[in-house]
Amino acid sequence: MHIPDGFINGATSLGAGVLAAGGLGAGLRWAGRQLKERYVPLAGLVGAFIFSMQMVNFPVGAGTSGHLIGGALAAVLVGPWVGVVVMAIVVIVQALLFADGGVSALGLNIVNMALVTVGVGWWSFRMARAVLPRTTRWVIAASGVGATLSVVVSSLGFVTEYAIGGTGAVSIGTVLAAMTGVHVLIGIGEGLITGAIVAAVLAARPDLVYGARDVATGASARRGRLGAFVAVGLGVAVVVAALLSPFASSAPDGLERVAIDLGFATQEGEHPLAESPLADYEVAGEESGVATAAAGVAGVVVTFGVGAAVLAVRRRRRTRRVGS
Amino acid sequence: MSQGHLHALYHHGRSRVHRLAPHVKLVALLLFISAVVATPREAFWAFGGYAVLLVVAAATARIPAGFIATRLLVEIPFVVFAILLPFIGGGARISLLGVSLSIEGLWGAWTILAKGTLGLAASIVMSATTQVADILIGLDRLRVPRLITAIAGFMVRYLDVVAGEMRRMRIAMLSRGYDPRWLWQARALATSAGALFIRSFERGERAHQAMIARGYRGHMPEEERSTTPAGDWLLALAVPFVAWVLGAVALAVGR
Repeated sequence: MHIPDGFINGATSLGAGVLAAGGLGAGLRWAGRQLKERYVPLAGLVGAFIFSMQMVNFPVGAGTSGHLIGGALAAVLVGPWVGVVVMAIVVIVQALLFADGGVSALGLNIVNMALVTVGVGWWSFRMARAVLPRTTRWVIAASGVGATLSVVVSSLGFVTEYAIGGTGAVSIGTVLAAMTGVHVLIGIGEGLITGAIVAAVLAARPDLVYGARDVATGASARRGRLGAFVAVGLGVAVVVAALLSPFASSAPDGLERVAIDLGFATQEGEHPLAESPLADYEVAGEESGVATAAAGVAGVVVTFGVGAAVLAVRRRRRTRRVGS
Repeated sequence: MSQGHLHALYHHGRSRVHRLAPHVKLVALLLFISAVVATPREAFWAFGGYAVLLVVAAATARIPAGFIATRLLVEIPFVVFAILLPFIGGGARISLLGVSLSIEGLWGAWTILAKGTLGLAASIVMSATTQVADILIGLDRLRVPRLITAIAGFMVRYLDVVAGEMRRMRIAMLSRGYDPRWLWQARALATSAGALFIRSFERGERAHQAMIARGYRGHMPEEERSTTPAGDWLLALAVPFVAWVLGAVALAVGR
């Protein structure tokens, strides 16, 4: 989501610009030490790769497609510093050459989509790696966790900027609820896809995965691991829902739904199936934090189950139509 | 956002605006947008003035209105958000045609629509009249670190190559009768993406070796810089100058 001009006030945009310049400056320095004189061509091509990835529509879940942000993916594949540089330059190129995202909001967009996604993605990847066994399988799981959290925290970054200098009239709680609600779902998709891409690279060229340098390169990723990804992704979703839904309970149901529609509308194509169970659980949210967290967890599980069931039926019908 | 990134917004032409030095246009764009963002939301007339300035600039550059209009579609998600604001906003409400609307929400919607659209339209006029390579040269002349412009240059140059490779992989998959749509089919796309990453990385290494073979020592050679005619500065800065005057008056009057 590229913030346009005038969405966040000038002072906040300027502050974010200073932050972005500092982060990019540090990134350029440290990435230079890592890549040495191969710097320019390699960073440029990884950037072209991330840029292209953002143009592909992946199935996100429940039949909805979205596109990758790629911050955590870049961090795991080429390391956090090169990742920050590459993501920031992708955002700059999008703003100046493709008029995507406001020029005055460039700092905000770099902070959200480069510094936060790469930083949080890398940090949570490292954290997960620290507690998980040192095998390829768990590297893949950890990158999925990192990618999911990177998207959710990036949306929190937007909420923070909105709280500091937002020009709209909607309360912070409402924006928080809407943004996290949508981005937990988007984040799960990002996590699954990131894990799958890291698995594919590990299988062919494990030496290229920066985040897995310490893992024995002999053990290549086995095939047929999608079930594990789904399980890990679902686990992350449940944890995030449990942690975040107490905040979300203040949200009016209407915005939640519309915002989810809107979130998916930006990703292309809408599928109204995924959000209704979640929306119902929002309404059912009770006063106590524990009950709300439980409702959030139940919401995720029910959403997943219902979505998968409905789509399985649809898919069967489609297959039958094709077959006949 | 899923399409349209492949080809920049350049609209071929030979107008005076096209021929302006690129760094001059970048400075003008930045100054114009900062005036728009700084203007108080109550100053409707000032926003009207900015719109007129943009229309004049676009007309001088001979960019068709339809070209700008289609490129403005990027903004739609935020337009939807803006339209929602009056309904979900808090604070005092007014009744308009029987619908209760939040006053703060209406202001918020207006601010987002006006400033967002003006900023986007200004960016479109700039990138429609400046070729990609020239924008990078312009950034260079504005003392943006060379490392950034060099990497951005590589990124833009290889974007078509990498995206083309991706398209061919997808066509290969489709022509073998596989069209993944659901989550449990994501593996095929992810595997292509992984392969694409490896190919991109290896291509980067090959490009680097080719550069070394041509005498690259870790720095791109400096390009010689011609002086910018004063007429370029005068013409390009006229637009943000008027915008700043309008903005200053709006700030002084307070509406």
